[in-house]
Amino acid sequence: MILKAKNIVKQYGDFYALNNANIAVPKNSIYALLGPNGAGKTSLMRIINQITAPDSGEIIFDNEKLQRNHIKDIGYLPEERGLYKKMNVMEQCLYLAQLKDMSHNKAKNRLMFWFDKLNIKNLFNKKVEELSKGMAQKIQFITAIIHEPKLLIFDEPFSGFDPINASVIKNEILELHKNGTTIIFSTHRMESVEEICTHIGLINNSKTILEGKIDDIKTTFYDNSYEIVCEDHEKLKSTFAYKSKEHDKNKHIVSINKDIDYKKFMQDIISKNKIVSFQKKNPTIEGIFIKAVQNG
Amino acid sequence: MDKIWLIIKREYLIRIRKKSFIVMTLLGPLLMVLVMFLPIYLTNQTQTERTIAISEQDFDLFNKLENTDYINFVVIPNSIFADLKIKFDNELYYALLEKKEDEIILSSNKQVSLSVNNEIKSQIEKKIEQEKLIKLGIDIILLEDAKTNIIISNQIISKDGIGQKSKTELSMAIGFISGLLIYIFIFMYGTMVMRSIIEEKTNRIVEVIISSVKPFKLMMGKIIGVSLIGLTQFILWICLTSLLFFVSQAYFVNITEVESTQEIEMQSMMLEGLMYLNNINLVEILLAFLFYFLGGYLMYGSLFAAVGSAVDAEADSQQFILPVTVPLILSFILIQPIMENPDSSLAFWMSIFPLTSPIIMMVRIPFGVSEWELLVSILVLVGSFILSTKLAAKIYRTGILMYGKKINYKELWKWLRYKG
Repeated sequence: MILKAKNIVKQYGDFYALNNANIAVPKNSIYALLGPNGAGKTSLMRIINQITAPDSGEIIFDNEKLQRNHIKDIGYLPEERGLYKKMNVMEQCLYLAQLKDMSHNKAKNRLMFWFDKLNIKNLFNKKVEELSKGMAQKIQFITAIIHEPKLLIFDEPFSGFDPINASVIKNEILELHKNGTTIIFSTHRMESVEEICTHIGLINNSKTILEGKIDDIKTTFYDNSYEIVCEDHEKLKSTFAYKSKEHDKNKHIVSINKDIDYKKFMQDIISKNKIVSFQKKNPTIEGIFIKAVQNG
Repeated sequence: MDKIWLIIKREYLIRIRKKSFIVMTLLGPLLMVLVMFLPIYLTNQTQTERTIAISEQDFDLFNKLENTDYINFVVIPNSIFADLKIKFDNELYYALLEKKEDEIILSSNKQVSLSVNNEIKSQIEKKIEQEKLIKLGIDIILLEDAKTNIIISNQIISKDGIGQKSKTELSMAIGFISGLLIYIFIFMYGTMVMRSIIEEKTNRIVEVIISSVKPFKLMMGKIIGVSLIGLTQFILWICLTSLLFFVSQAYFVNITEVESTQEIEMQSMMLEGLMYLNNINLVEILLAFLFYFLGGYLMYGSLFAAVGSAVDAEADSQQFILPVTVPLILSFILIQPIMENPDSSLAFWMSIFPLTSPIIMMVRIPFGVSEWELLVSILVLVGSFILSTKLAAKIYRTGILMYGKKINYKELWKWLRYKG
């Protein structure tokens, strides 16, 4: 594990932003921190970044108790992000990199590399106020990763990006992951979670209610659902001994009891209807999210 | 390099390159010298020769008046005077002077200048007074002889019993100027700190920065960076003003040829002032000035920083700014009464109370303040700015992460009690 948050409590007056929240982020994972608005995700990210301190609980980073010198090993792109409007792009990036303990020269070299990679070399001497929102977002992304941290934390990284730039950033995140960086990110875009994450942690009402490998969680949440597409929908309905959860034209989603043998179930259906397709219906992250939050 | 230095460096460099800084740095001394020399210059320029007509029948009145450098009195025939009263000719005359019963009337086609009015008034009054005295049989020469002008020299008896000459006016001038400078500095640069924090908040960069550096360091780096800008500006102002002052003085001596009595008086006053300056403990004043200048700024700067962090826009800052600035404005207003009575209990308490001491103590020091008072005031101010920066930092670290929420005092109180 690169990061463990144990029993984190953060209280603002009478309000608990986090109440015994726990997460464990494996090394080199892409960990999606999910939860409804106000669940405590940003509070947890701020605690990991040492912006605020927890009231109780502890954070273990790379087998050590989290401390100030870990700042250089963590990169953070907050949801509320911005740049100094009147400041020159290069100067600003150098300043932010130096605040992350990078030397001036190393920072300059890395900046050259990234500006070149993201095709924004022409922006070096511009002022931020002259840039488009997308360009500014790319610069913010670079400043978050420039010091080559072991752990990157992105709060809603895709918000504000158009689809093309969002895909550029997504690919960069995947590449960083490939090179060994661990990534934690929060998002409300469940399709990107399905697409790139290896692990999820779900926070609701200031507590972690679900955590683990995506595949494991999907297995846990699998409710014996099958998707059946048939030729004659009416006939299927009339002969249907199993309750259809939902159906759309000729497509039925059916959930069967765990003690029913699925082969018997399949034969039963095929014998009575003309079936176009029959497949296992895996739960979506969105479905898991809604179910977990509703249950508690 | 410690991160606080990076912050100080950025705050300093970003401001020193700003056009507004350069313009203000150049304009300040220019305005100062203009304020000093423009009135003299304008007085010299506007003293054009003016002719005032008096009718024959008021010859008596004419006799009481003497021409000055810029006013000529002429007597004209009654008929012409009467014509002029109907149709005034401002090419020939500036005004008409006449006497009607007990009233003296000065008429013109526009408002007559105050200096001309005063000149005529004083000349006539003096003449009538003299006539009255002569009538009473009093010898004018004897009377002039009897007039006495005494000079009171102030002396301060030091601990070793040696009297040193002092000058109240000089103490007042030093006290007033140092108080004024501290007031301007705290106001200008305190609000600059506040604005800069609001800017970081609205730019949404603050969260990125405090993920690298502690909020306290960011706040202190900003306050110190801005104070260095202030010091740079003041040093430049003093150098440039002195330079401009000497250049303008040389220029004025040339154009006015003969030095006016005003200038001679001014110069002798300055010389006298310099003489007494030796008797004043300049080192003590300078050190105290530097301490109160920075101490006051650091304390108020942190309060302004706290206000900046609590609001989203400068327009929302008013409700919090007012209580912060009231003691500052009050000290400024009370400079005059405190100079009149620098040892009153009001002066004493205000020079101990940390929100007023930076200005009031500086006003009192040139008049002499006992060591223990100075020590108490310094200790209270040091303690207060440590406390105020700590409290401000608590508000700051919560405030900078609060967006779009209207904050009231109750909320600020809650922030103060939040842990880490």
